[in-house]
Amino acid sequence: MDTAISISSAFCLLLGSFLCLTGGIGILRFPDFYTRMHAVGVSDTSAAGMILIGLMLQNPDGIVIVKLVMILLMLLFINPTASHALAQAAMNNGLMPLLDKQVLDRKENDHNGQNEAALDKTKNEGIKPSNP
Amino acid sequence: MLIAATIAIFVVMILAIIRGVVGPTLYDRILAVNMFGTKTVLFIALLGFVMGRPEFLDIAMVYALINFVSVIGVLHFSDSSVFQRRPQDSDPSAPAEKDC
Repeated sequence: MDTAISISSAFCLLLGSFLCLTGGIGILRFPDFYTRMHAVGVSDTSAAGMILIGLMLQNPDGIVIVKLVMILLMLLFINPTASHALAQAAMNNGLMPLLDKQVLDRKENDHNGQNEAALDKTKNEGIKPSNP
Repeated sequence: MLIAATIAIFVVMILAIIRGVVGPTLYDRILAVNMFGTKTVLFIALLGFVMGRPEFLDIAMVYALINFVSVIGVLHFSDSSVFQRRPQDSDPSAPAEKDC
């Protein structure tokens, strides 16, 4: 029983650390503010839950679990509220998502690319295009 | 495993600080500060367990509340358009409309 509890605690801590690292890499690598907020908002809440549950399994007695549950509830209320307020403030102050022009360009490129690929297939099969 | 989680959270705090320094807009910085605060709460809780003092959880709770209040306060200021005032925003026609 003790071994099972320690193994599940270690699993929860490892999963929380992994989610934490994905959030950190996401806040550095994503191109836009809203995508960064998606990475942070999703990974923050789940990573905090996983790490706090792992800590609860570490020390199963009394007041420590009550404090950990209070911290978990606070984070579960605070993180979505702060994310919502942040997104609404950014949207109200005119920070537009990066998507509009990029989606249009990608659609146009896909359209042209499909046409060119179809033409290439019909004309000369097996010859790669010379310029990338 | 506690030490591994502590090191991972420390690395993520460094990444959040990098985004807060280089962030192109104001909201990127606020987001990075929010993430840094959440990770600080987890870091303090884990450090209390590593050092064998679970009393650190009180400090973690207080830090969570302070982080929430600070983020909401900064967002309130940024909503009130004091942060991003443009010169054409000051229109003299507003009091005339208020008179009627």
